[in-house]
Amino acid sequence: MALYSEKVMQHFLHPQNIGIIEDADAVGEAGNAKCGDIMRMYLKIDDDVITDVKFETFGCASAIASSSMATELIKGKPVAEAAELTNKAVAEALDGLPAHKMHCSVLAEEAIRDALENYNKNKENKP
Amino acid sequence: MNIYADNAATTKMSDAAAEIMTQYNKEYYGNASSLYTLGQKAKEKLEEARCIIAGIINAEPSEIIFTSGGSESDNQALLSASENGKKNGKMHIISSAFEHHAILHTLKKLEKNGFEVTLLPVHENGIIHPDEIDAAIREDTCLVTIMTANNEIGTIQPIKEIGEICKNRGVPFHTDAVQAIGHQLIDVKEQNIDMLSASAHKFHGPKGVGFLYVKKGIRISNLIEGGAQERGKRAGTENLPGIMAMAVALKESADNMETANAHKSEIRDYIIKGLSEIPHSALNGDARMRLSGNVNFSFEGIEGESLLILLDMKGISCSSGSACTSGSLDPSHVLLAIGRIHDVAHGSLRLSLGEEITLEEADYIISAVKEVVEYLRGISPVWRDLVSGKREFIL
Ligand SMILES: Cc1ncc(COP(=O)(O)O)c(C=O)c1O
Repeated sequence: MALYSEKVMQHFLHPQNIGIIEDADAVGEAGNAKCGDIMRMYLKIDDDVITDVKFETFGCASAIASSSMATELIKGKPVAEAAELTNKAVAEALDGLPAHKMHCSVLAEEAIRDALENYNKNKENKP
Repeated sequence: MNIYADNAATTKMSDAAAEIMTQYNKEYYGNASSLYTLGQKAKEKLEEARCIIAGIINAEPSEIIFTSGGSESDNQALLSASENGKKNGKMHIISSAFEHHAILHTLKKLEKNGFEVTLLPVHENGIIHPDEIDAAIREDTCLVTIMTANNEIGTIQPIKEIGEICKNRGVPFHTDAVQAIGHQLIDVKEQNIDMLSASAHKFHGPKGVGFLYVKKGIRISNLIEGGAQERGKRAGTENLPGIMAMAVALKESADNMETANAHKSEIRDYIIKGLSEIPHSALNGDARMRLSGNVNFSFEGIEGESLLILLDMKGISCSSGSACTSGSLDPSHVLLAIGRIHDVAHGSLRLSLGEEITLEEADYIISAVKEVVEYLRGISPVWRDLVSGKREFIL
């Protein structure tokens, strides 16, 4: 399908890191069902390093591909580095997204940031 | 398996239509406005096509204007009726919330130009109540425009009753019959239709050709100014090969209608039954008063674009009313108009069957859809929340 790059199709048809982490250290979410896209990210973090990440996505092909790519980009990375991930980096790693689908990469960035914020909050609250 | 199940978007040209188009391109290439024999031959054939089409819908040949398709016909009908209305100080138009954008966007433009538009509700089953038309008609109503059958959910409107009300109230009645013509019986006299839009590519004719029926006595305004073609109402050298192919395709469809509808509706109901087994799903639009080839479902917890791309990977071509496929942030205005909330409208699937559809293909479609819906629900946070009770099921 010419609508999407091969990379997008690859990540849509064979998404990486799909699923949930039952004992996740942080969960983040972005989007809403009204707009047709929701992403949820589950992180496992050890010593401020993301050791595992999983996602669930309700959304179009580019939303699923963006989540998949975003999880690949932060897996094994220090939390501080993951927090720097931009939607542009996600879109570029996918060899580009159609203009009206750029918001999918934004959602991926937001879902990760939401998870990391929740992680930091939890850390602060811990005795 | 490759199954084309998007006949509401467009259809494959029939062999006879494709053949006559090629033949006419080679043989009757003269300009119908030219005076020499080759030109006059083309003119003769043009009028022959007009007669065939007029005969099928019980109109006079002089009441048919050839256009470039459904959108142009809709635009011209609305422009004409609005200009006629304006002359008499009548600037109110009645339509419905789930018309095609060729109507709705034209109405928006008319609103900017001072017209008042009433969009009637289409109710949960996607069918307009004629008495609501009657109630909405005012002194200054210059047009009622209601589609014959909806392009997304396939519901068939009580056109004859609406036409009768309009006739009694003295208001011109236009119907966008793009989805219906060739698939449903159209008789403009019997159904009290004053103007009707049609497009060849929805009944196995070529793309970019259509016609507008306008009852004698109604003044037509031009969208395209120029030469004197179409009695001065639509300029531009006539696309005779396309027009004749449209006539041939319409004749074929009309002749074949009963058999095709009997077959398609049987397969349609079989697919509806099969897909109804998917939990938390619902048929969109009335189950009975719908086009014989139309199946439209909403599946809770998933999004339609990924559904349709995964079905494409399995060889099935179909469409969805999700925002992602409509190119806007909102899902289909048709699904919203029948009261589906956004979350559920995003997860819709439209299959529009052709007459070649087989039972074996229907089985393949059912199992493919079941498989893909299950997969997408398995990766959907919305579905997880529905199942865990964090979010309430709608369907
Ligand atoms: C109900 C309806 N009206 C109008 C149109 C526009 O027709 P065309 O593509 O020939 O301009 C379509 C086709 O998409 C349609 O389904």
